Amino acid sequence: MTSGDAAAFVAFDRVQKSYDGETLVVKDLNLAIGKGEFLTMLGPSGSGKTTCLMMLAGFETATHGEITLDGRPINNIPPHKRGIGMVFQNYALFPHMTVAENLAFPLEVRGIGKSDREEKIKRALDMVQMGDFAGRRPAQLSGGQQQRIALARALVFEPELVLMDEPLGALDKQLRETLQFEITKLAHDLGITTVYVTHDQTEALTMSDRVAVFDDGVIQQLDAPDILYEEPKNSFVAQFIGENNTLHGTVERIDGDAAVVRLDDGSQIDTIPVNVDKPGQRTLVSIRPERVEFNKDRLAPDAHTIKAEVKEFIYMGDIYRTRVSVAGNDDFIIKTRNAPDQRRLKKGEILEIGWRPQDCRALDA
Amino acid sequence: MTDATAEPTHRPSPREQKEMAEQDGPMLAADGTPLKRSLNRALRAQKLRALMLIAPLLIFILVTFVAPIADMLFRSVENQIVSETVPRTIVALDETWSDHDAVPGEAVFAAMAYDLKEAAERREHTRLGSRLNYETTGISSLFRRSGRGVDDVGEIYADQFIELDEAWEEPATWTALMADPEWIADAEGTEDEDIPRFRLADGIADILPETASAYAGFARVIIDQDGDNPLEEEPWNTIYLALYRDLSAGADVSAYDGPQARRLSAAAEAVPGFESEPVSVMFEDIDEDWLDPQVWGTIDAFSSRYTAGYYLAAIDMQLTPEGIEPQPEEQRIYLLLFKRTLFMSGVIMGMCVLLGYPVAFLLANLPLRTSNLLMILVLLPFWTSLLVRTSAWKVLLQQEGVINDTLVWIGLVADNDRLQLINNQLGTIIAMTHILLPFMILPLYSVMQTIPPSYVRAAKSLGANDWTAFWRVYFPQSVPGIGAGCILVFILSIGYYITPELVGGRTGTFISNRIAFHISESLNWGLAAALGAILLGAVLILYWAYDRIVGIDNVKLG
Repeated sequence: MTSGDAAAFVAFDRVQKSYDGETLVVKDLNLAIGKGEFLTMLGPSGSGKTTCLMMLAGFETATHGEITLDGRPINNIPPHKRGIGMVFQNYALFPHMTVAENLAFPLEVRGIGKSDREEKIKRALDMVQMGDFAGRRPAQLSGGQQQRIALARALVFEPELVLMDEPLGALDKQLRETLQFEITKLAHDLGITTVYVTHDQTEALTMSDRVAVFDDGVIQQLDAPDILYEEPKNSFVAQFIGENNTLHGTVERIDGDAAVVRLDDGSQIDTIPVNVDKPGQRTLVSIRPERVEFNKDRLAPDAHTIKAEVKEFIYMGDIYRTRVSVAGNDDFIIKTRNAPDQRRLKKGEILEIGWRPQDCRALDA
Repeated sequence: MTDATAEPTHRPSPREQKEMAEQDGPMLAADGTPLKRSLNRALRAQKLRALMLIAPLLIFILVTFVAPIADMLFRSVENQIVSETVPRTIVALDETWSDHDAVPGEAVFAAMAYDLKEAAERREHTRLGSRLNYETTGISSLFRRSGRGVDDVGEIYADQFIELDEAWEEPATWTALMADPEWIADAEGTEDEDIPRFRLADGIADILPETASAYAGFARVIIDQDGDNPLEEEPWNTIYLALYRDLSAGADVSAYDGPQARRLSAAAEAVPGFESEPVSVMFEDIDEDWLDPQVWGTIDAFSSRYTAGYYLAAIDMQLTPEGIEPQPEEQRIYLLLFKRTLFMSGVIMGMCVLLGYPVAFLLANLPLRTSNLLMILVLLPFWTSLLVRTSAWKVLLQQEGVINDTLVWIGLVADNDRLQLINNQLGTIIAMTHILLPFMILPLYSVMQTIPPSYVRAAKSLGANDWTAFWRVYFPQSVPGIGAGCILVFILSIGYYITPELVGGRTGTFISNRIAFHISESLNWGLAAALGAILLGAVLILYWAYDRIVGIDNVKLG
C-alpha cells in the first residue's frame, strides 16, 4: 500500500501528532483506506489509534502531514463540514431529546425538510430494528438499544465514512457479539467505508476487512485478519493478536526461507525467519498453542520434536488447555480440541511435542 | 385489581392472580412469620442505626433552626399581652361599648383602673403600652404616665370609707370579708414565701362582683409579686373604688352573713351619701388622652389572643376599629421594600448567570490541573471576610474612589460630575453580584463537569456548527446547573443583610434590613416575624413554582 494511493478513499500521508511538543503520539502514519472498506485500528491503550480517529473526525489537528478524504485534504475543514458519521463509546445520545429528535438533529442542521426527515428517520430506525422506539428517551433504553440508536444517528444523514470509537466497549459479551455481526452486515450492505477503533482483538478479527495493529504510535502491521493471525510480522503483533507461545533462542543458521534456532536449553528447532537475517541474532520464536502437536501420528516425519513436561491440565469445555514446561518456559500452552479421540494429559507426564516448521516463526527478540 | 371486582366477567390475568394470592395469604418467611414482618424486623436495626447517626445533627437542627423559626412564626400572630394584661377592660369594652366614636362608660374606666393598677404593680403596663404603640402612636407614653397616676384612682372613696369606719383601713377587715376562712387559717402565721394561693370566700363574688375580682387580683399580686401576706397589707385605692361601685350599684348586702355583715351594711347605707366623682374624670386627671375614643378603639381591636395585625402592617395595611384599611400614604414602606428586594435579587441572579456561565464553562473544559488552580481564584473571595470585601467595594466605588478617579483621569467623566456608584441600588447590585458569584459558578461547574465532551463532539460530527452544538446540545444539559445556581443565589440574596446595609444607602436596602431594624432597634418582634414569615412564604412559593416549571429533580449541585 503506497501513501497517496489514487484509489484510496481516506489517506493519511506522513501524519504526526504531538500534544506536548516533546513526544509523538502518532509517528509518521501512512495509511490508505479503500472505498467501502471496513478497517479496524487495533492496539493497546495509548497506542495512538484513537488519536488517529479523532484527527480523521477533525477533533484533533495533525501536527504534521496531511489527511485526505476522497482526494480532498481535510486538515483545515472543521468537523461539522466533513460529513463523517461517528459512533462513540458512551453512545453520546443527547439525553434531553427523544430518539426521533436525536435522529432528526443531523437532518435539521442540514436543513432537510420535515417530511423528508421523518422518512429518513423511519428508515434508519428500521435498519437497526428500533422502529418502535422513536418516542423514547435515551435513558429509557438499554445499552444495546442505545448503541443501535447511536448507529442509526450516525447513518441517518447517509455519510460515506463512519467512524466508530470502541462502540461496543460498554456492552456485555453476548450483546457485543450480536452487534458485531449487525454492524458488519450493515456496513457492507450500505457500502459505507468504516474505520473502527477497538482494543478487543476478537472484535477486530471477526469484523474487519483489514486490521491495522497500532503500538507506540506506529502501525505495526496492516493486513487481513487471517494473515495477521497466522503470519505476524513481529513479536508485538504475534503476542497482541491471539494467544501465543514464545521461546527464546539464537539463530543458528538461515537457509532461504528456513532457519534453525538454538533454544536457550540447547535444543534446536526449525523455524521460518520473519525478521531475523543473520546467524547469531537473538530471536523470539512464536508458535500458536493450537498448532502444537503431541500425537506422533499427526506430526510430519521430518519435524523437530522437543521434550515437554505437563504442569497443568485445564478443561474448558470445547477445548483442553494444557500448560507444559518447554525449554525452560513454564507457560507454554497447548490447545487441543475436545474430540472423542482426544487424550486428556496428566500432570507430570513427559511428552514429545512438535509442530510444522511453517507454524513456527522466528521474530525479533 | 379494582377492575377485576368491578367487572365480574373479567378474567384475572396471571399477574393479577399472583397479586390476589399474595393478598389472600401473605408470603411467609422460612420460620412461618409473615415475610413483611420479618423483613421489617431485619430492617429495624438498620433504621435505628441510621437514626442514631443523624440524631446529633437532627437535635441540633431542631433546637437551633426549627424551634426558633416556629417561635418566630408564632410571634407573628401572637397577641396575648393585651388580653392577659387588661382582661377586665376587654370584657367591659366588649359588653358595654357600642358607639365607637364616643368615650366608653364608667364600667370600662373602672375595669381599666383595676387592670392598670395590677399591671403597674407587676410592671407590665409599659410592655402593653409599647405593644399598642405599634398600632397607635402615643399609647406607650400614655400607659407609662398612667402607671403612676392610677395609684390615686379611688382615693376619694378610700378616704370616705375610712372616715366612716377606721376598720376599713385594716387589712384584717378586708381578708375577713373577702377571703375563704380556711385560707386565712392557712395563711396566718406562715412565712411570707409559703402563703398558699388566695381563695375567695364562698358567695362573695356574687354579692360584690367587682370588689371580689379586684381584691383577688390584689391578693395575687401581693403574694406572687411582692412575696407579702395580704393579711398584713392595706388594700389599694382601686379596691375602695370597686367596693363603692358595688355598693352604689345596689349590692344585696343582706345576702352576706359573714363576719363583716354589720360593717358592710353600715357602709351600704352610707354610700349614697358619699361624695362621688366619675372614674373617667379620675383618668382625665391622669392624662386627657384617655378621653380619646381611638385609644379605646385600639385596645378593643387588638383584644383577641391572636391577631393578623402584624401581617397587615407588613403589607402596609392596618387594623382600625372600622376594619382593615391601607396605611396612610407616608407610612407605606414594606410593599415597596418587598418589591425592591425581589427585583434586585432577580437582577443579581441574572448578573450572576451572565458572568458565571462563561467562567464555569471555561473551568469545566480546561485540564483538571489548570481548572483546579483557577477554581482557587473563584473560591478566594470565600476565604476573605464578607465585611472586608464589602468595605473594599466602598473604597472602589465611592465618589472619590478608585473607579471614579480612574474615569476622571481618563477623561470619560468630568471631575465635578463623578458617578454615584455606591449607597444606591447600583452599589448593592455590584457588591452582591460579586459576593454571590461563587454560588452560581460552583453548581454550574459541577454540572458542566458531568457533561461528557463527546456530546458536543457528536453534535459536531452530525453537522452542527459550534454555536448550534452549544445551544442545542450543551446548553440544555447545563440548565440544571443554572437552576440550582439561580435558586441558591436568589434565595441567598433575598435575605441578604450586611452588604445592602453597608453599601445600599437609602435606595439600595432590602426588606431584611427592615427586619433587622425591628428586631434590634424598634423591638417590634411581632412585625419582624411577620415580615420574615412573608419572606419565607415568598421563597417557598418561588421554590414551588420552580418545581412546577423546571422540576426540582433537575436541580443538580454536582
